[in-house]
Amino acid sequence: MIQLRDIHFGYGSQLIFNGLNLSIEPGDRLGLLGSNGCGKTTLCHIIMGLLRPKSGEVRILGETRTTESDFAEIRGRIGFLFQDSDDQLFCPTVIEDVAFGPLNMGQSPEEAKKTVAGTLKSLKLSGFEDRITYKLSGGEKRLVSLATVLAMNPEFLILDEPTTGLDEKTTDRLIENLKESSLGYMIISHDRDFVKRTANKLIHIKEGQMRAANLDGLEM
Amino acid sequence: MDMEEFASGKSWVHNLDPRVKIVVTLVFSVVVALNNHIEMTAISLILPAFLLVCARLDFGKVTERLAIVNTFVLFLWLFLPFSAPGETVYSIGPLTIQREGIYQAFLITLKSNSIILMALALLGTSQIFTLVHAMSHLWVPDKLVHLFFFCFRYIHVINDEYHRLSNAMKMRGFKPKTNIRTYRAYSYLVGMLLIRSFNRSKRILQAMRCRGFKGKFYILHHYEMKRYDYAVGSSSLAFTILLMVAK
Repeated sequence: MIQLRDIHFGYGSQLIFNGLNLSIEPGDRLGLLGSNGCGKTTLCHIIMGLLRPKSGEVRILGETRTTESDFAEIRGRIGFLFQDSDDQLFCPTVIEDVAFGPLNMGQSPEEAKKTVAGTLKSLKLSGFEDRITYKLSGGEKRLVSLATVLAMNPEFLILDEPTTGLDEKTTDRLIENLKESSLGYMIISHDRDFVKRTANKLIHIKEGQMRAANLDGLEM
Repeated sequence: MDMEEFASGKSWVHNLDPRVKIVVTLVFSVVVALNNHIEMTAISLILPAFLLVCARLDFGKVTERLAIVNTFVLFLWLFLPFSAPGETVYSIGPLTIQREGIYQAFLITLKSNSIILMALALLGTSQIFTLVHAMSHLWVPDKLVHLFFFCFRYIHVINDEYHRLSNAMKMRGFKPKTNIRTYRAYSYLVGMLLIRSFNRSKRILQAMRCRGFKGKFYILHHYEMKRYDYAVGSSSLAFTILLMVAK
């Protein structure tokens, strides 16, 4: 599904990835760990084509992706949940925000409304359609953000620190939603407990390379 | 900070088609602003007053909003009566109060209140985003519409960020004084807000691209003009045109 081969990347003179390799299969449920600044978010941005590596190959859904239009094809098929929900939710009402992706992918307004209703229902957010996005609580924002990603019917999810700022109850709700879906995903998180409950395989980035990891022997 | 405090009510004024609201407010404002007759300007107040009553807005809050506008008008009252040429009504030492000045100040007061009340009654009773949509339906250039919309959407976020930073400054014992150090601290604060807003705008664009944004916004709700939209719209415009012709 996603293959990264020999990725080199750095900001200015600061080297982040030094020959990083990663292979993700469709049903994988990965937890990505690593210390602050080791490049977890950068890695996701490389997969989504928001950043381009200095060298190395990015293969997603069977094809090598290099240009913006290559990546435009996969966005939506690979759903990406941003760290800060305020970055993700930019429309005033929930219904418009959730419909944004489906409309971009060519659904008619009527189809998009159906998609929104279905997605919100699956996340137990029915009735949120006309709520104002910036007036939602932190937890609600995160769940609605997830809805905006799921509405595009992705084949794989990437979640960047999904539990930051969430209380236990909302975290439980998020876990429940993830477990119920049949989607594969990769979760970046510092929350060991959350990772333990959602991932079946752990990896971490160390010295610019990808390593397998387990929860107990992990350096964080 | 609630900029949409009047938008949540329920009345036929709230439910009017936003395009009608924008067009009526615009035409009314231009006509009232260009009117130089005190009687006509006073009569023009009837329409916004009627709409305000129908929209059942909180009288106290409306007065609060008006007070803000009238602070500026107050300054006019401080200067205009003394500076316009014409017949002297009263003199205090070297200062003389002129009839023409009082007339002008009174006219401006009526005009500005009439226009603001109209904007409150019609534009204030819609969600900003509804108005943004209506603007794009009224062939306002896309770039302007998006600029307006993103300003509104993120002003809250930037406001929160400002409060976080300024609270953090207070927590560390910062007390503003009239000195270079204070000015420097404030300039850092403003600079930091600019940089953060810039970075945030980049992240928002990234998030939009991840959801398939290719430079075009699609509109989910389309408006349909109902019979009463036509009725209210045309009678308001008729009233406005009458104001213009009657003088």
